[in-house]
Amino acid sequence: MGLQSCININKEWDIVGARQMGRDIAKKIGFGTVDQARIATAISELARNIYLYAETGQICFEVIDTINQKGISMIAVDSGPGIRDISQVMEDGYSTSGGLGAGLPGVKRLMDEFDIKSEEGKGTEVRSIKYVR
Amino acid sequence: MDVVNLDAANYKDLLKRYIDTRDEQSLYGAEQISKSFIKNNVPPEEIVNLHIQALAELYPNLSEKTGHSMNFLLETMISYGMAHQEYQTLREKQLELKTEISVAAGMQETLLATTKPKIEGLDIGVVSVPAHQMNGDYHHFIKGRDGSLGVAIADVVGKGVPAALCMSMIKYSMDSFPEESMSPKAILENLNRVVERNVDPSMFITMFYAQYMPSEHKLRYSSAGHEPGFYYHKKEDAFKEIEANGLVLGVSSESNYERYERYVEKGDMVILLTDGVTECRDGDRFIESEEVLEVIKSYAHLPVQKIVDHVYKHFERLQNFQLRDDFTLIILRREV
Ligand SMILES: Nc1ncnc2c1ncn2[C@@H]1O[C@H](COP(=O)(O)OP(=O)(O)O)[C@@H](O)[C@H]1O
Ligand SMILES: [Mg+2]
Repeated sequence: MGLQSCININKEWDIVGARQMGRDIAKKIGFGTVDQARIATAISELARNIYLYAETGQICFEVIDTINQKGISMIAVDSGPGIRDISQVMEDGYSTSGGLGAGLPGVKRLMDEFDIKSEEGKGTEVRSIKYVR
Repeated sequence: MDVVNLDAANYKDLLKRYIDTRDEQSLYGAEQISKSFIKNNVPPEEIVNLHIQALAELYPNLSEKTGHSMNFLLETMISYGMAHQEYQTLREKQLELKTEISVAAGMQETLLATTKPKIEGLDIGVVSVPAHQMNGDYHHFIKGRDGSLGVAIADVVGKGVPAALCMSMIKYSMDSFPEESMSPKAILENLNRVVERNVDPSMFITMFYAQYMPSEHKLRYSSAGHEPGFYYHKKEDAFKEIEANGLVLGVSSESNYERYERYVEKGDMVILLTDGVTECRDGDRFIESEEVLEVIKSYAHLPVQKIVDHVYKHFERLQNFQLRDDFTLIILRREV
């Protein structure tokens, strides 16, 4: 595991900052244009959720660089209201704002690995990884 | 080489050929490739990327601005790609549901199956066709040990799976009644209590129950808010609505049903139906019940099963072979 870079999400503008940071890291790791765009979109979804539902939080990136695999890992954390029914949220079509295909199920599809932990009243943590193909 | 890579090579060649000649054949090729992309679930951003790469290989000296603009286009395609993927998943799910429903419809058919009994001196015809896979209409024949015939015809307000589930319940409650000893009035009153207790208040069921006594040529009946049937008087060659009062099943646990009785003369017909028959539509126009009766009259010389089949065919065609509501029509005719 490589170095961690983090960015705080407090205002809408920070979504752009997070995308930029993620894209720069992805480019350096060697992701192609399409995957860079997908990673940026996934970051948008996670950062916007923090901004909309938790108000503040953090997104951290880590470079994965082992003999077998290269990739990017990102963790979005907040101490907002949390998600009561994760299964429901992960169902296609539940997302309220993004239209078809967007939201957390969209992030899951864009990335290779996806995991979410959340506790009502405590906060939410979404971890996801994408590997260079 | 897999299909996608094959398409990629093809794409580049076609693109070059098109730019050089601008011929229709290359565009036809583009159409074929695009279909292959869809078949192989290639998202739009990949196609844009393919285009970018092909361009770069074909024309290495294109302006930087063109390159940037293509990357911009690629970004705008990402969300389309996500939407497309979800659409794929939803399509698979829909297919699954369709299969499940057709299995359920098959089960319903077996559960609710009823056979037309043979009753001395009475000709019976019945047609019942669901508008969708599952039928929300219900009809049932029972032959009593005393030689009488019981006929139930019912309609659930509502369609599809919920209506069908409801019908199975009705059928099993009726099976549990000691039918032979029961009058139409008693049957409806019992069913009403079952429905009132067990069915969601938003669901209504109407039913007409008739009992024919061949020995006395008498018809006894009661109705729970069901679409009125018709009585055909052979001597006068005229139809009359069968009037019967009664509340829809399940509205109130106290409902009482009136008992009616009439003598059936030779050649007379009893016509029972659901509102899918009387509310057939011809374009935007609802047909009048007279039209149904006219069609029945025009085939009156035939065996009654032929009559109901003809009536169904007539209205099926009138509605361009797309039923809007479940269609059930039963005719009884005294022959001797
Ligand atoms: N970080 C979060 N904190 C609290 N609730 C969240 C968070 N992320 C998502 N949610 C809840 O999950 C729902 C679904 O999120 P998402 O899939 O991104 O779709 P959308 O944001 O378009 O509604 C949101 O409407 C919100 O209620
Ligand atoms: Mg969201």
